[in-house]
Amino acid sequence: MSEPLIFHFDVDGENFTSAGQASTQVKKNLRQLGLSPDIIRRVSIAMYEGEINMVIHANGGTADVIVNEQYIEIILADKGPGIPNVEQAMQEGFSTATDSIRSLGFGAGMGLPNMKRYTDSLEIDTMVGVGTTITMYVYL
Amino acid sequence: MLVKELLAHGFEALSLPDGEREIVGVYIGDLLSWVMGRAQMDNAWITIMTNVNTIAVASLADTSCVILAEGVEMEDDLVETARTKEVNILRSSLPIYETAVQLSKLLP
Ligand SMILES: Nc1ncnc2c1ncn2[C@@H]1O[C@H](COP(=O)(O)OP(=O)(O)OP(=O)(O)O)[C@@H](O)[C@H]1O
Ligand SMILES: [Mg+2]
Repeated sequence: MSEPLIFHFDVDGENFTSAGQASTQVKKNLRQLGLSPDIIRRVSIAMYEGEINMVIHANGGTADVIVNEQYIEIILADKGPGIPNVEQAMQEGFSTATDSIRSLGFGAGMGLPNMKRYTDSLEIDTMVGVGTTITMYVYL
Repeated sequence: MLVKELLAHGFEALSLPDGEREIVGVYIGDLLSWVMGRAQMDNAWITIMTNVNTIAVASLADTSCVILAEGVEMEDDLVETARTKEVNILRSSLPIYETAVQLSKLLP
């Protein structure tokens, strides 16, 4: 694998029921590359949490996954409302999800903490009214 | 214990594309991010949450099977989705606690 592999996805903000498609596709691709189940699981969960957040909180966005020899980079970018207080958002249990979102099983306030838990590095670049870009690295 | 071996103990198979999978431990929960944060790979996951996200979480978190407790229903098209995504889904008519107790007796 000399050239990095790049996977790009548009994440639909309207369609809740198909949310997770990009993560599911990435899982398949990583499997085909023969990566270990543990790495695949960590990347899959971190990306799914970010993908769901873009659908729930930001009306969709884009997801890019770059696979290098040393690491996997996941970039999730949206033009949603932004996160006013990142430190608060990172706390387990903090959520602004509505009741209808909660009835689907989301809104535990565990998504961002899970993204941190399962990756080696997590950066959040956000501005209120402009959007949010989250960059995660998982080292191979 | 293999997922398919649960069928001999009163569990019903809704989707069983990978019955040979080994069950290692159990996790119980309905809040999806909680499950993704705490469940371990190859756990049997007991839940009453039966929407499409249940299937995605089981697949991405790599649980060995979903066990729907309390006899909850899952729509046919979701069961079909589970099959195509190779997610095992079983059902127990017992309440969550009794389902867990039964698994605890069966698992090594
Ligand atoms: N892309 C985003 N755009 C705007 N706000 C966001 C975004 N991602 C997260 N947030 C904010 O951060 C909070 C915490 O996010 P987190 O993923 O940890 O929890 P949640 O999505 O509310 O619930 P869970 O992930 O457990 O289902 C959200 O409730 C929301 O207010
Ligand atoms: Mg979330």
